[in-house]
Amino acid sequence: MTETAIIELRKVGKWYNSYHALRDVSLSVAKGEKVVVCGPSGSGKSTMIRCINRLEAHQTGHIVVDGIELTDDVKAVEKIRRKVGMVFQNFNLFPHLTVLQNLTLAPIWVRGMAKSEIEEIAMMYLKRVRIPDQAHKFPGQLSGGQQQRVAIARALCMRPEIMLFDEPTSALDPEMVKEVLDVMTELAGEGMTMVCVTHEMGFARQVADSIVFMAEGSIIESGSPAEFFENPKSERTRQFLGQILEH
Amino acid sequence: MSKHSPADQAPIPTAPVPPAHWAASYEEEPSQASTPPQANGMTALKPFGWAKDNLFNTPLNTALTVACLVLLWLVVPPMANWLLLNASWSGSSEACREAAGACWSVIVVKHRLIFFGTYPYDEQWRPFLACALFVAMLGASGVRAFWRPWLAGAWALTLVGMGVLMWGGVAGLTYVPNDRWGGLPITLMLSVFSIALAFPLSILLALGRQSSLPAIRTFCVGFIEAMRGVPLVSVLFMASVMFPLFLPEGVTVDKLLRALAGMTLFTAAYLAEAVRGGLQAIPKGQYEAADALGLGYWQKTMLIVLPQALRIVIPPIVNQFISAFKDTSLVTIVGLYDLLTAATVATTDPEWRPYFAEVYVFAGLMFWIFCFSMSRYSQWLERLANRYTRR
Repeated sequence: MTETAIIELRKVGKWYNSYHALRDVSLSVAKGEKVVVCGPSGSGKSTMIRCINRLEAHQTGHIVVDGIELTDDVKAVEKIRRKVGMVFQNFNLFPHLTVLQNLTLAPIWVRGMAKSEIEEIAMMYLKRVRIPDQAHKFPGQLSGGQQQRVAIARALCMRPEIMLFDEPTSALDPEMVKEVLDVMTELAGEGMTMVCVTHEMGFARQVADSIVFMAEGSIIESGSPAEFFENPKSERTRQFLGQILEH
Repeated sequence: MSKHSPADQAPIPTAPVPPAHWAASYEEEPSQASTPPQANGMTALKPFGWAKDNLFNTPLNTALTVACLVLLWLVVPPMANWLLLNASWSGSSEACREAAGACWSVIVVKHRLIFFGTYPYDEQWRPFLACALFVAMLGASGVRAFWRPWLAGAWALTLVGMGVLMWGGVAGLTYVPNDRWGGLPITLMLSVFSIALAFPLSILLALGRQSSLPAIRTFCVGFIEAMRGVPLVSVLFMASVMFPLFLPEGVTVDKLLRALAGMTLFTAAYLAEAVRGGLQAIPKGQYEAADALGLGYWQKTMLIVLPQALRIVIPPIVNQFISAFKDTSLVTIVGLYDLLTAATVATTDPEWRPYFAEVYVFAGLMFWIFCFSMSRYSQWLERLANRYTRR
């Protein structure tokens, strides 16, 4: 398992001042694996996923992504960020740029791609997320679901090997959740390595190879969806599942 | 807001009197049912209805309306008489003494001094041409269709052309040292150059103030607070009087240049705070998205943060530009002849001394034209910048 792991967290710890946000978190994700991270709010799910591309810096332990250890070394961080795409809860599209410009900006400036070449690729991704006709609109003119699909396409344009999703559907109106999950399911089917913080348990059951449950900064348990849903080991997990499934 | 109250509290059929503002439409409708109500009649009836409704609807409003009318009656006719009707437009100072109104002949006689100061009289077509060129280029630079790379080249040519015109010494033009320049060229060049230099500097200061490197942050905070804490006059004094003391012997920096440096640093400190306001308005998620895509610091700053931050702060930035433009008049204390100083000099002629008010009104009008243009331009720019980005 460890040889093929593309993401490896070993005893990762993080504090916000005196608040202990991550406690000895260890996790290993194989290439092509889909991991869903769930847990109550404040459990450290987002913090953990944001440590993987160093939007947050961990303080103890080691994080290795595709053979590169994350340290204060800016070069290492830049290398890893090129391999890792991220989708945020609030989309974070650039409101002053058109949809197409949102997609092509980083490939042009970070990867040095030719504009004509990347525009073609970008249009292909927009077709895949089913909004090619919105290419020349501004993000503010799109619905939430459309914006999140643009955000996914934007991350994909960088040709990442890993995709991180930080609660991608939490800020969406209920009727738009499905269109985003459909795109994510499709992406999973293509063999992308995915780490996804979400409360969409239907999606987790259908797509995840393993489910990680976190509480109070620690990983309480992890396992296959079947194990996790049918036969949770810890009382804390049972309690959480009871809360989110029975309504 | 009491205009609906009669209808509200009058369900009794004995009160069929409609409120005043209904009157107009009631009288129109029978005769012109098919045409929109503003066709005829409106010009005659609506203003009275509107006035009754808005200016005379309560005793207090009636009193205020009457008071305003009296005030206008007291101010406007004498003003119009002085400015226009009784003014003397040409001729000698004797003619002015007989006229009851303003003496605009003083402008006719002294306009060359006001506009060009002590620049040699026979050569004043040169600063005129330089100013015309400058203003034309400033105007052209504001037009969106001209925002192309060649505009930079045009500016380079313009600046060389202005230098040649103002200094001379080549192409058969006599040399005019810059301590003889004065009037409008000084005001325009000092303000435009100091603003153009201060703007990028202010962005660096604002970014530096947010830097994670303590040395840079401390320097920027220190500079901004030091500059904001002293009056412009003392900055100009320091630039003009103290700065040369620090220079090695034999090295001199031109007086105009020193004033320009003082104005630039001062304006940059104020602008930096306006820019910082814009930087703070950018949501954290924008920085994170740029980071996650692998953009470096300068790419993130130039492509994501500044384009959004600057369009938010167009109003306070232009406010600073306008303020800086007017502040150029303070360079008089270091012995430079800007437009206002040249105007003051024009009032020292004993023959025309009684008409200083006219000269200042004229100088004020000149300043106003430039400041108002900037204000209008910024409103257009704001609309352009925010066309698609309203969330």
